[in-house]
Amino acid sequence: MSDDGQDPLRIEGLHKSFGKLEVLKGIDLAVAEHEVVCLIGASGSGKSTLLRCINLLEPVNGGRVMVHGEEITARGVDVNRIRRHIGIVFQAFNLFPHMSVLRNVTLAPTEALGLSKRDAEMLATEMLARFGLVDKKDEFPDRLSGGQQQRVAIVRALAMKPDIMLLDEVTSALDPELVAGVLDVIRELAEGGMTMVIATHEMGFARDIANRVCFLDAGLILEEGTPDQIFTAPKEARTQQFLQSIIKAGRM
Amino acid sequence: MAVGGGVPDEQMMLGGNPRLPEDTRSSKILGQLRAEGAKGVAIAIASTFIVFTLLILVVIRSENWPAVRQAFFNGEEFRRSFPEIASKFRRNVEYFLIGEVFILAFALLLAVMRSLPGPVFFPLRLMSIIYTDLFRGVPTILVVYLLGFGIPSLGLPGVPSTATFWAVVALILSYSAYVAEVYRAGIESVHPSQVAAARSLGLSRWKSLRFVVIPQAVRRVIPPLLNDFIGLQKDTALVAFVVAIPEAFKQAQIFQNADFNFTPLLAAALMFLVITVPMTRFVDWLVARQRGKRQAGVAL
Repeated sequence: MSDDGQDPLRIEGLHKSFGKLEVLKGIDLAVAEHEVVCLIGASGSGKSTLLRCINLLEPVNGGRVMVHGEEITARGVDVNRIRRHIGIVFQAFNLFPHMSVLRNVTLAPTEALGLSKRDAEMLATEMLARFGLVDKKDEFPDRLSGGQQQRVAIVRALAMKPDIMLLDEVTSALDPELVAGVLDVIRELAEGGMTMVIATHEMGFARDIANRVCFLDAGLILEEGTPDQIFTAPKEARTQQFLQSIIKAGRM
Repeated sequence: MAVGGGVPDEQMMLGGNPRLPEDTRSSKILGQLRAEGAKGVAIAIASTFIVFTLLILVVIRSENWPAVRQAFFNGEEFRRSFPEIASKFRRNVEYFLIGEVFILAFALLLAVMRSLPGPVFFPLRLMSIIYTDLFRGVPTILVVYLLGFGIPSLGLPGVPSTATFWAVVALILSYSAYVAEVYRAGIESVHPSQVAAARSLGLSRWKSLRFVVIPQAVRRVIPPLLNDFIGLQKDTALVAFVVAIPEAFKQAQIFQNADFNFTPLLAAALMFLVITVPMTRFVDWLVARQRGKRQAGVAL
């Protein structure tokens, strides 16, 4: 599915409304192989909704989402098959509280990919070890810190060997001292060449990790460019305003 | 009784823990607690004793007590009827255990049917809704009569024709409607983000339900489920209305009719209490434990 010369992800004219409220008003975005795109913007600008649409967790009202050239928003597409190639990590972790860490990670590989229990556990143990979580594999999620839980959630998504990872404000629910550990994991993924779309409020991190930054405002990508362009010389007045308010709040 | 009874247990647990006195500060606090607790226990025992003594005195000194005692609390009658009633109670336990297994399975099916999303599943949802509305809305005794007398009288080929079978089926049908609602509440209490997480991993709707939603839902509704167990346990007595083979209640009625005495009915009541009271306490304990966990911020 990955070597067809097509962009891993291409979004064309994406519209999404919740009732009368139009949240996305025509998003166009193409993400190249190994590219890391950061979505920034105020709360309610549509970052999370965009990610949820890419994963088909929200049905779209207009436009198309293409994954490696295949239109996944078309009728009759097997959403389960598509989702196996697109990992998403949520702000609130959403780990399964009634399962051990190991089971959280192995559930989808065994039940959706059909891996044997043994293979799935070997894979999961290996990945948990890579992210320093192997000693937690028999714990239940509520015994872990927020940072550990979020890292488990990342491992859980990675265990499906996705082509693209979508990260939805994954550090927003964490205590400040736990943020760094999670960001390190994401950095490692980027270095490993993972294609990612990251919605984030961590501007320093975005500047650091992104190949491209998109500023979303009122359901549109108002401005996009390299981190340097966006953070040092934003063209649009709204982008300038937004970044100013971030600097004032001491978040950059 | 429940409040007074809880304190000494806790006392024993606290006092009996050998590790605690090592920490002087905590043992001082515990000592204080113990002193207050002991005082509380003493007061509870004294006031209970006084209240109950007064009550008993009022009852047994009343004019009609000898007649009441003769009709309801007749020791000789109790000794004669109790062993037989107790042995027949085994049938109630059987009805209950067999019924419960089918109720748990059937009710889960009803609840899952009702929680299926989308227009395609509308007929299944509708069936489940109509079913629960009907069987929750009709007195259980009426269903027991209807099936217990009705179906055997049809003499359908290939279908069991004993009243006992159909009376237990009636209990299953009736209780499944209640239990389905309990399950449904549990299923609806699982946060949508759990389903989103499962679906986002590529799990199908059915597998999300099976591995993520239902296990969490069932865990949460165990106390109300047990409450319905208690109800069912009692309602096994309804079988007596359509079945000739005596269970505890029927057996008690047989004694009552033969001896013109109500004591056997109290003997039967005692048998039910032996099961239902411990179960009720167990449910209370479970609910309290769950509440404690939730307050501690633990996601169940």
